[in-house]
Amino acid sequence: MTGSPFIRISNVTRRFGDVVAVDDLSLDIDKGELFCLLGASGCGKTTLLRMLAGFESVDSGSIEIDGIDMSRVPPATRPVNIMFQNYALFPHMTVDSNIAYGLKRAGLPRAEIESRVTELLRLVRLSGMGGRKPHQLSGGQRQRVALARALARRPKLLLLDEPLAALDKKLREDTQFELVDIQERLETTFIVVTHDQEEAMTLASRIGVMDAGKLVQVDSPRTLYDRPKNSFIADFLGTVSFLEGKVKSAKGGMLQIDGPIPVTAVDPGGFAAGDDVRMAIRPEKISLSRESGGGVNEVKVMVEDMAFTGVASNYRVAGPGGVLLKLTQPNMRRGEPALEWEETGYAAFDPADVVLLRD
Amino acid sequence: MTRGISWPALWLGIIGFGILYVPVTVMVIYSFNSSRLVSVWAGFSTKWYGELLENDAVLEALGKSLWVAVNAATLSTVFGVLIALAFVRLGNFRFRLLLSALASMPLVMPEVVTGLSLLLLFIAMEGLLGWPAGRGIDTIIIAHTTFGMCFAAVVVQSRLRDFDMSIEEAAADLGARQPYIFFSITLPVIAPAVIAAWLLAFTLSFDDLVIASFVSGPGSSTLPIVVFSKVRLGVTPEINALATIMILLVAASVVIASAIIYRNSAGRKAAAATGGSGHES
Repeated sequence: MTGSPFIRISNVTRRFGDVVAVDDLSLDIDKGELFCLLGASGCGKTTLLRMLAGFESVDSGSIEIDGIDMSRVPPATRPVNIMFQNYALFPHMTVDSNIAYGLKRAGLPRAEIESRVTELLRLVRLSGMGGRKPHQLSGGQRQRVALARALARRPKLLLLDEPLAALDKKLREDTQFELVDIQERLETTFIVVTHDQEEAMTLASRIGVMDAGKLVQVDSPRTLYDRPKNSFIADFLGTVSFLEGKVKSAKGGMLQIDGPIPVTAVDPGGFAAGDDVRMAIRPEKISLSRESGGGVNEVKVMVEDMAFTGVASNYRVAGPGGVLLKLTQPNMRRGEPALEWEETGYAAFDPADVVLLRD
Repeated sequence: MTRGISWPALWLGIIGFGILYVPVTVMVIYSFNSSRLVSVWAGFSTKWYGELLENDAVLEALGKSLWVAVNAATLSTVFGVLIALAFVRLGNFRFRLLLSALASMPLVMPEVVTGLSLLLLFIAMEGLLGWPAGRGIDTIIIAHTTFGMCFAAVVVQSRLRDFDMSIEEAAADLGARQPYIFFSITLPVIAPAVIAAWLLAFTLSFDDLVIASFVSGPGSSTLPIVVFSKVRLGVTPEINALATIMILLVAASVVIASAIIYRNSAGRKAAAATGGSGHES
């Protein structure tokens, strides 16, 4: 087993008519990982999940789980369980029977089934609810029944299709941590599909961002956020301001970039004088003040728009040449009142926070 | 007008329901008439019901009708579920539209045509295969199944169409295979529609006169046939009593069927309303 990854997806393609849902995609996932497939609807992430579960066939390429090729294995015998987006609870069965369904199919003795159901109900904090029918439960409780049912057969791999999408915001936040907690306790490999980037960031140890059937970037949440590979990723995960320019000089690990706003940036390597570059800067990495600090990457701006959100204020400011910058100022400065509409001030950012995009 | 009662609408409603139910009500009332004359009221009596219970010909016909209806309804439901599954599950196969039109044709086919064509088929089959030997209860059951299953298919199809396919996938994912999935998951979920379809097919079979007259043979007269032949000799209060009992039977099954359908759809709506995650499509 050593050396080969737990799940190996190699050059998998799946077409529906003229549409290529998954396009020559390869991905390795390690045992015990909480991996997130992130992408907008229609990017092929659910198709990939359904191929892992065995509900969709693979046109070309292969999927291996725990070293075994899955192409001829039907859903019923895969060491995989799936939690559906709408939970797909059996409406005519009690919570207990829902959870026990897969255990009965596995032919476990009755006493063992009962003890496992009790244990699972405790795990998802639904003890005492076993006698209820799905329609007597709240959305959050149904989600937990679906989780318990999917975990009942102790799958090697659990697939979760938009597990939190049907919950309201407050409940979603609590459930996120619970899900991570359960995953860590059971050490089962989880693959979560979501379109919600915040959810992906909170849950996953690694995220694969999908677009048009391909994986654009696979990295840890922090790397994806701080070092996006291209502007699609930068834009998809959070807010950014884009700047365009041309490299004037590259020396001493620093790039001098000409443009409407001249920028000094840390050279990630591979850039030379004369290259056209696109840069991204996260809003919380730009500071805004009335007085000039006199450092590098400082630019005189006018506040065009400002929105107070409680924790912070979101600004949209215009720099030289009409370049718009989006920035966020934490709401913690006392004394100095925040800048208001139409005021001029100075926006500044660190050379290390300039992300150079390759696209 | 202040309470929102619209008098014209109320009157229209009264007139409409009157047209529907006054004749039936009159018949029910006259079934309790002590006089032998149908149009003269001579006081309340249940003697016609008593006489009915002693009329062996009627009781025998009732027994046959029930036997035919139970069998035809059961066969209709089985075939109806199969037709519905085929149309809902097989997706867009070739000639789908044509086939689904053909499947619902018997719903609008004149009964005389259905009856006559079945009669000709049975005669031809008897000549070629030696079965069915003459016409009797079996041929009536077959005839009633041919149109009953179309109604059953329509009822079951509408339920299957908003059936959440992912629960079958969930069952497969949890280690189940067909046909176990069908019997443990699909059938229980669509059970209300299946029961409603059975009751509908039962009612249609129990009521049928036209088709049954074509395909029945000597000694296999169902209740509607007996009633019809009795009426030709003049309407007696006994017939009124018999008709009242038939109304009760049919009404009961219609009420049960509607109650099941209503409760089921109300339950689904309630499930969809709580938590917003009970959508089944």
